[in-house]
Amino acid sequence: MKQKDETILEIHDLSVSFRMYDHGLEQTDLQVISDLYLTVYPGEIVAVAGSSGSGKSLLASAILGILPGNATVHGHLHYKGQELTQERQEQLRGTDIALVPQSVAFLDPLMKVGAQADGHRKPLPTDKRKSIFKRLGLPDKTEQLYPFQLSGGMARRALVSTALLTDAKLVIADEPTPGMSLEQALEALRMFREMADDGKAVILITHDLDLAFEFTDRVAVFYAGTTVETALASDFKKGPDALRHPYSQALWRALPQNGFQPVCGFQPYAGALPKGCLYAPRCPYKTAQCMDAVPPVREIRGGEVRCYYGA
Amino acid sequence: MALEAKNIYFRYGRKQPWILEDCTLKIDRGERLAVSAPSGYGKTTLALLLAGYLKPEKGEILLDDKPLPAKGICPVQLIYQHPEKAVNPRWRLKRVLEESGKLREDVLDAFGIERAWLDRFPRELSGGELQRFCVARALMSGADYLICDEISTMLDVITQAQIWNVVLEEADKRNMGIIAVTHNKHLAERIATRMIDLSE
Repeated sequence: MKQKDETILEIHDLSVSFRMYDHGLEQTDLQVISDLYLTVYPGEIVAVAGSSGSGKSLLASAILGILPGNATVHGHLHYKGQELTQERQEQLRGTDIALVPQSVAFLDPLMKVGAQADGHRKPLPTDKRKSIFKRLGLPDKTEQLYPFQLSGGMARRALVSTALLTDAKLVIADEPTPGMSLEQALEALRMFREMADDGKAVILITHDLDLAFEFTDRVAVFYAGTTVETALASDFKKGPDALRHPYSQALWRALPQNGFQPVCGFQPYAGALPKGCLYAPRCPYKTAQCMDAVPPVREIRGGEVRCYYGA
Repeated sequence: MALEAKNIYFRYGRKQPWILEDCTLKIDRGERLAVSAPSGYGKTTLALLLAGYLKPEKGEILLDDKPLPAKGICPVQLIYQHPEKAVNPRWRLKRVLEESGKLREDVLDAFGIERAWLDRFPRELSGGELQRFCVARALMSGADYLICDEISTMLDVITQAQIWNVVLEEADKRNMGIIAVTHNKHLAERIATRMIDLSE
């Protein structure tokens, strides 16, 4: 294993909860992320996959310190070996850490796309931006358009360009490829790959698993607010037998080209999590032990898994 | 019994280029058509036209040889690519769903919609959770045609398989026609009976 001080980002035992009104003025805390871990080294792309609502986007917000006011964050969040405090997050975001937001609603509706991507930087990076637009296949006239005049895929590419324009050491791309055609998505991922090969790091939150396997180094699988497995991307390419957690195997089998098999049941709601393993209610291999206590994280075959039986 | 686009032309403003030129498309009830094209080729525009949200500049959209009804719930329902833009941010989700008619418990269960979510506001749910509301809303309206504009790209693959299995089952039962816009070739092969590429 590499040394701790080499990591770009190190997260463990992270939890995020939201304070919500219950009845009248009574408040309750709803824990949406628990015991989450993720380590990112320079030069790699880590894919974050997992169910919708498993806390992938919240993790991005937690790293940048842009969670809403009623959220509380606990746990270890270290950037380049130093703790990420609110003050440091404010310094780093937009310069050292860049975000490609998930929603195209993040574009300012009243601002032309070109000026928006340039931002307030001085001098304006217009030439660099033009070449990035070109590589992403955005026509020249795009910079003169307002967001409502863009198609879904064009808006995504405009968002991706904003992160590529920064000199960030860490890019968090929150589902950057939906709506893009396969060639455009491949080009965007190739540009992220080049950034990583330059010694930067990319966290790629995605549902396009088949693309992720090709371009990333490792895959972290989230479920119900926790990390259930981190595996080498090559393990995912090999198929379910190379994977360690039943949920990762189920993800693989649900791909349209691998069977399109859904799994019965749904991810538990944050307010009603099971006592033991979070996946136990849907797991075909569960035993009494799984229902009783949350399994610890174990290292198996170069990956990590939170399961008593993963092998 | 068919939904038809007859030689339609459309552009966003007089000085803008044509997005769709002389586009003709016909889909029968019970048929499932997958539409693909590079981004910016007018897939979403075509979806908006077919569902009656936009009017073609030339040509016509016909449902069983008649124009789409101007009043009431449209029998052609569109499910958007971005669920956060398709719900009223100031309505609780119960109200969002009830807009299309009576709540159907079987549909809520099939999509795994927690009853507690009904009292929440859209911003308190994830994109994938919201999209399940949007699909449920379209199914509960009793539509004859569903137009699915990249509805599952923001979902994890297990939820994607779950939602599509429910939609396909419901479509079979009610003999609905489905037009699915998707970039995912593997998904298109799974769900469609016919595929077209707009760029050809």
